[in-house]
Amino acid sequence: MLDFLRPLHRQVMAVIVVLTIWACAHYLNWDWLPQYRGEIISGIWITIWMTIASMVLGMVLATMLGLAQAAGPSWLAWPARTYCTIIRGTPLLLQLYLLYYGLGALFSTTPEIRQSIFWPILKAAPPYGLLALTLSVAGYEGEVMRGAFKGVPHGQLEAARAMGVPRFTAFRRIWLPQALHRALPTIGGETVLQMKSTPLLAMITIMDLYGVMNRVRRDTLLTYEPLLLLALIYMILAGLLVLFFRWLENRLPTRTA
Amino acid sequence: MLTPVVLSGAVSSFDLLAWSSPGWGATLVAGLWNTCLIAFGAYALGLLIGVAGAFGKLYGGPVTRDCLGVYTTLVRAVPELVLLLIMNFAVRDLINQAMLAMGYGRVELSGVAIGIIILGVVQGAYSTEVLRGAILSVPAGQIEAARAMGMSPTLLARRITLPLMAAAAVPGLANLWLTVTKDTALLSVLGFIELTKATSLAAQTTKAFFTFYLAAGVLYLALSLVSVVIFGRIERWARKGQRTMEGGAH
Repeated sequence: MLDFLRPLHRQVMAVIVVLTIWACAHYLNWDWLPQYRGEIISGIWITIWMTIASMVLGMVLATMLGLAQAAGPSWLAWPARTYCTIIRGTPLLLQLYLLYYGLGALFSTTPEIRQSIFWPILKAAPPYGLLALTLSVAGYEGEVMRGAFKGVPHGQLEAARAMGVPRFTAFRRIWLPQALHRALPTIGGETVLQMKSTPLLAMITIMDLYGVMNRVRRDTLLTYEPLLLLALIYMILAGLLVLFFRWLENRLPTRTA
Repeated sequence: MLTPVVLSGAVSSFDLLAWSSPGWGATLVAGLWNTCLIAFGAYALGLLIGVAGAFGKLYGGPVTRDCLGVYTTLVRAVPELVLLLIMNFAVRDLINQAMLAMGYGRVELSGVAIGIIILGVVQGAYSTEVLRGAILSVPAGQIEAARAMGMSPTLLARRITLPLMAAAAVPGLANLWLTVTKDTALLSVLGFIELTKATSLAAQTTKAFFTFYLAAGVLYLALSLVSVVIFGRIERWARKGQRTMEGGAH
């Protein structure tokens, strides 16, 4: 830490950073902060939970997509590849709109669905948001997992077969762990990207961190203050994610060069 | 151009996508044109920043290097939407203050120009990293040889480093192009009329959400598929004269 600050220019930069923060704290208007504190914290939770939930569900889907492309028969590999191409070729915002407004409009005009017990769930925005984020991340990670599955040395699987390990056990104990291990650095980066795409949820009325700050901006008519705080919180979240994945990677034993 | 359509009962999906009223085909294509324009401009600006940033990060002094480090880290840690929103205000404010300081009146830049600037600054951070990696892939001996021959730094960059790094940079740059075409959709949130915004306008007016968002999805997909083919050609061209090896760059 002190080594980092040894060069003179870094000390000057540190002073500039401190002065900037002081100026922002002193000259900008932060009176609204106590009033919105509760909402901001709940917004942060929604952002974090949406990231984690979509990442976990998306990885389950991505594992199947990757496996279908790496080892599946052509009638499974082809649809999986098409799915990944479509997801990666269209903006997430459009996918979100298509699911929420398109599917939502379709559902609300179908009486059978309107009268079913699922309607209260299908009426709310969060399920659509989670679905869109999950489907999107699955499309990107599907490609990653395809490469990771193919990257596991074939001898490992042959050894398992020679030992008489059942196919599913070999997948669960040998193929999947090694593929995940290989994909881990990429998954870490993609989790940060996923967190960075959660603000789009606010476009379909979900009150995540970005949505809350949008309300603050509307209520207080301030331009920069809420946005600067927003950027700061996202930066901290991204930093924490990077640290978490670095810790995770260090905990796993590696023998690769 | 954006004339609202009076709905007379049920209009079929195909009628809605027709070129002129009651169809919205022309509106969607105009939106697609703006999307391409902004994406292309922002990509070009991003590349300019990226080349300067990559050389600065590798060969610049300690201050340049640290400043570029702050730029790329900041941009990559904050969601694009938030960055675009902040810069949308900041760029307009800065330009107007500069104009007032120089004694001119306020100016209102077009949406496309602002979109290109703010998206280009974001792209620049990612381009810097891609190009920096590509420059590092150039064998050191080549650069040393050029220096030994007495080439000036600009000539060296133009004749040796840039051509040699092109092949390694193309896959990353292709990814960036696909990202920027999709990132233009974020500008719809700021009110710029591009494909997503045009689609939303059409969908909200006609209430045919599914039809229009699906149609826009097809247009985006077509754009990305065409881009993939073009970048494949560019990569083959950039690798001309290179010995073929197993496994490409990622």
